[in-house]
Amino acid sequence: MEKELRKEEPRLMKGNEALAEAAIRANIDAYFGYPITPQSEVIEYLMREVPNRKDKKTVVLQAESEVASINMVYGAAGAGARVMTSSSSPGISLMQEGISYIASAQLPCLIVNVVRGGPGLGTIQPSQGDYFQATKGGGHGDYHLIVLAPASVQEMADFVFDAFRLAEKYRNPAMILADGALGQMMEKVVLPPDGGLPKTPAPWATTGKTKDRNHNIITSLFIQPEEMEKVNLQLQKKYEDMQSEVRWEEFQTEDAEVLLVAFGLSARICQKVVDLAREKGIKVGLLRPITLYPFPYKRIAELSEKVEFILDVEMNAGQMVEDVRLAVEGKVPVYFKGRMGGMISTPEEILREVESILEKQNVLHD
Amino acid sequence: MNEKLLLEDGTELEQVFCRPDTLTDVPYHYCPGCGHSVVHNVLMEVVDELDIQDKTIGVAPVGCSVFAYHYMNIDMQEAAHGRASAVATGIKRVLPDKLVFSYQGDGDLAAIGTAETIHTVNRGENILIVFINNGIYGMTGGQMAPTTLPGMVTSTSPYGRDVHMAGYPLKITDLIAQLPGAYYVTRQSVHNPNAVRKLKKAVTKAFEYQMQNKGTCFIEVVSNCPSGWKMTPVETIKYLEEVMFPYYPLGDLKVPKE
Repeated sequence: MEKELRKEEPRLMKGNEALAEAAIRANIDAYFGYPITPQSEVIEYLMREVPNRKDKKTVVLQAESEVASINMVYGAAGAGARVMTSSSSPGISLMQEGISYIASAQLPCLIVNVVRGGPGLGTIQPSQGDYFQATKGGGHGDYHLIVLAPASVQEMADFVFDAFRLAEKYRNPAMILADGALGQMMEKVVLPPDGGLPKTPAPWATTGKTKDRNHNIITSLFIQPEEMEKVNLQLQKKYEDMQSEVRWEEFQTEDAEVLLVAFGLSARICQKVVDLAREKGIKVGLLRPITLYPFPYKRIAELSEKVEFILDVEMNAGQMVEDVRLAVEGKVPVYFKGRMGGMISTPEEILREVESILEKQNVLHD
Repeated sequence: MNEKLLLEDGTELEQVFCRPDTLTDVPYHYCPGCGHSVVHNVLMEVVDELDIQDKTIGVAPVGCSVFAYHYMNIDMQEAAHGRASAVATGIKRVLPDKLVFSYQGDGDLAAIGTAETIHTVNRGENILIVFINNGIYGMTGGQMAPTTLPGMVTSTSPYGRDVHMAGYPLKITDLIAQLPGAYYVTRQSVHNPNAVRKLKKAVTKAFEYQMQNKGTCFIEVVSNCPSGWKMTPVETIKYLEEVMFPYYPLGDLKVPKE
């Protein structure tokens, strides 16, 4: 986001509300959703604010279910609209059927998952337990979403623009994967510029067949195996192209002997761990994937050449750690520290983990 | 239309009838005697006559008519099983000046998509829902549908539908008619030329109401499935008249108070 365009004063906002306001400023044509904790403020904010924006023609509709919402998204996206939905874990599970169809029909849209603890009805407390579902397909078939993981209220707002930009560039659904805490916490945010996201032309959309073109069809049905394979290969080629969009952030990795890898809120906590460790003379660095799909395999592989070990920190039972291990290919040990069910590791807890691994390693070295 | 045709022998003919541009040149895949092709023709003839090809967007279902978008020469979207009316809602909400219809069978609309159907109508979405009810799952090989009649033999009710075990046929159109969002609800058929003409009138009315933003129009077409019913096309007509129509009586269920 260009700094010079940000002329507004910072505001104090909840993550969910900053995201909703950014969506209005991204000129979304429509939002379809169903309330679920901890992200209901998204639809509440839109219902409250959109009628006051006389310059906006945004549709905001509360559907009867998440299943209906995602299929409304499908219809609107197929009609060429900039459209989004938001939900939380159990609701996102209900949407998986529709997300698979949208990915196959190659429609751009934004799906926001403000993750809570699971499985099942789980808890309304924050979690990162939906990493697998978000990055490995989630629904049936071979497909991927573009997945962005914010770590601040600022990014809850900014990533709405980024997600639509990427979704429309690749004609692929994008997901913002945030945990419940990011949805609920209040922070300073400088909002993205109103109308700062140009519309992408959609000549493929169902807007009514005109004389000068053939009828447009939006479908995910390719009943001939030869045709289906072609579509699948085309999708895979697209995912390959997307690898160039991989984004991550690093903190003090230059001289790091220990590398932490964490995303979202866990990465925020790990920044503190880096500071605490360095006060004690332990050279810890942090890599934070911003795009969870595509994943920064290459950069993690490079860093693994320079560190003693890697500690992956998540709010789940260890999901991203599998991708980290794939990147490292056994070159250095990869450890995991996680808590679940809405529990969050403290910086001190993570630092103790780093120290105890170091101790064990020293014993081995001696 | 009305173009002059010059034959090889020099005779000049006035063309008074041709395949409308609203139908593609793709041959229908439907079984002989099935009602789908007739309903497709009726829909597209109305689109042609009202000159709304450039304004009409259709939503195709999962089921035998899954390829409707190959035959109808208009912009169309394919929906997941049961979700057609939600997809249609999404299209209509962002393109309110266009005319949107969904085309769904009984498994699609009255089983897996019951919630979407009822809530779409209850919101009074300004769309047309075309509901083909042949009382059976045609595409998957003739299994029991929610609309299968008591005693009717299907592959999953091989001894005839037992209402104590499988429940009663769902008259979803009667349910729909009670909702305030429903503006025009009618039950038609295509089993003879007179019925086809009546259906065409109903479809025309429904599109006209949609142009006037009146609310949801819902047209059930009680149809046949020669393959699923294991009957000849002629036998299915007799079965429609003698067995289906008494349970699903033809006619309007809800008409606007003019």
